[in-house]
Amino acid sequence: MSFETNKSIEYKPVVKTEHMVLNMGPQHPSTHGVLRLELELEGEIITRVIPHIGYLHRCFEKHAEAMTYPQVVPYTDRMDYLASMGNEFGYAVAVERLLGIQVPERVEYIRVIMAELQRIASHLVALGTYGADIGAMTPFLFCFRDREMILSLFEMTCGARLLYNYIWVGGLSHDLHPDFVRKTRDFCTYFKPKIKELNDLLTYNKIFIERTANVGVLPLDTAINFGISGPMLRGSGLKWDLRKDDPYSVYHKFDFNIPVGEGKVGTVGDCWDRYWVRVLEMEESLKIIEQALDQLPEGDVTSAIPKRIKPPIGQVYARVENPRGELGYFIMSDGNVNPFRVKVRAPSFVNLGVMDVLCRGHMVADIIAILGSVDIVLGEVDR
Amino acid sequence: MKTAEEIFKILKDKFGDAVIELKTGVPVESYMTVDPLKIDEVCLFLRDEPELKFDNCMNLSGVDDANGKKEAQPDGTSNIVGGTLSVVYHLESVYLKHKLTLKVSTPRDNPQVKSVAEIWRSADWNEREAYDLFGINFINHPDLRRILMPYDWEAGYPLRKDYKNPEFYQGMKVPY
Repeated sequence: MSFETNKSIEYKPVVKTEHMVLNMGPQHPSTHGVLRLELELEGEIITRVIPHIGYLHRCFEKHAEAMTYPQVVPYTDRMDYLASMGNEFGYAVAVERLLGIQVPERVEYIRVIMAELQRIASHLVALGTYGADIGAMTPFLFCFRDREMILSLFEMTCGARLLYNYIWVGGLSHDLHPDFVRKTRDFCTYFKPKIKELNDLLTYNKIFIERTANVGVLPLDTAINFGISGPMLRGSGLKWDLRKDDPYSVYHKFDFNIPVGEGKVGTVGDCWDRYWVRVLEMEESLKIIEQALDQLPEGDVTSAIPKRIKPPIGQVYARVENPRGELGYFIMSDGNVNPFRVKVRAPSFVNLGVMDVLCRGHMVADIIAILGSVDIVLGEVDR
Repeated sequence: MKTAEEIFKILKDKFGDAVIELKTGVPVESYMTVDPLKIDEVCLFLRDEPELKFDNCMNLSGVDDANGKKEAQPDGTSNIVGGTLSVVYHLESVYLKHKLTLKVSTPRDNPQVKSVAEIWRSADWNEREAYDLFGINFINHPDLRRILMPYDWEAGYPLRKDYKNPEFYQGMKVPY
């Protein structure tokens, strides 16, 4: 069997004499992993981008079929490795919906706190590396310093800093450390002024705005048609957040806003807007964490964990709002102890599909700015 | 906002036999089965009809139903002959806030499904993934080639239930 690189009608490039094909990656510092972008250039103008992915493919979905439902949890950690708590959360929500079980209130609150802390940590990486990609090194160090504090909170809770195996189907592996609530409050107090610091350093920096405003504009109808979700979709101006629009867990109990891109320094849906939405989301996450800490109920976090997970024959599609967008799990059960089929709708995978549209007509240097604003994690793209 | 029953009735009136049945009572979600060679027409209607307006294809997954006959091989493994492969579509309307699940089943020996990549561009890469991992051929897809596996992978489609690891890949022993 042979696979031609291009047999499309729509994508067929116009062959010109100065046409040039350039490979960016797979080993390139600003592709955030092993991603190869095949660029077709007309001088310095990009005429087409073809992403080649799959370098990190581990066939998670095949693994999942060979394991029991609880055994899949550690593997979900390794997809979006910057937001492991979110992945576990999504998987737990999906299997619980398939089983039809309710989990104790305390579990839901702790899950929400973890997911929101994880969202801040993940956005800090996104924003820090975004700055580093386009030449601002200091914010990167500041962001990682603050992320380190969140990782310490996770380490205190479950012993791991990146891959937690904390949120289980029906409960959690451990209850919170007695100091967790106090330390998380301290972190919230500490972190609020740091967002302003980041804004002064990077967000309103003239060079940063020059590099990102009006670059990579994603119109809203294109975004929806491409299935874009998360901060990218909100950056294009749609108030769409699964925490409000398709509520799961206990998110309906909290009061928070959904920030959207407004074209403050450029056009709605440009790179700066996507960046700005992430900054604002960190503030909203802090609000949720503080409310959840105030209302945190007492209870046993392991009482609802089923001894044996054997869902009825059926299927479910459950989705949660991960830092990168809509993380969906499509699980089919044939009544056995291991899932018949697990398909992950990875937000980075879908978001990366729009690269070609975003980059056309821009300069080569803008690719770095655009790819950074898409904020992909290759572990999740390739699964 | 419409329920699955209302949508089924609209589609049944419009397309007749191409829309096969609405399966309810399955935990947790009900789904509609559609003719794999008419799925593109049905989807275009679902997207453009003002009262349905399914503007987003959230997810598209290939499934190996493994409902064929198992044939034991001399080496102890088994092949599946006959039966079907399926594709499951999860659609939603961002504006009207309703959801719908479609399912098409196609024979395993010659899996052919009409592509919806031109209707929802998000289906483009997902269909390539289903082609890559299940070997489902999407007719009219603009750019159907492998996406996650190497372009020169010749050992078949990994997510099929009877997939066997090859002994060699490009002269290299697997697992090395």
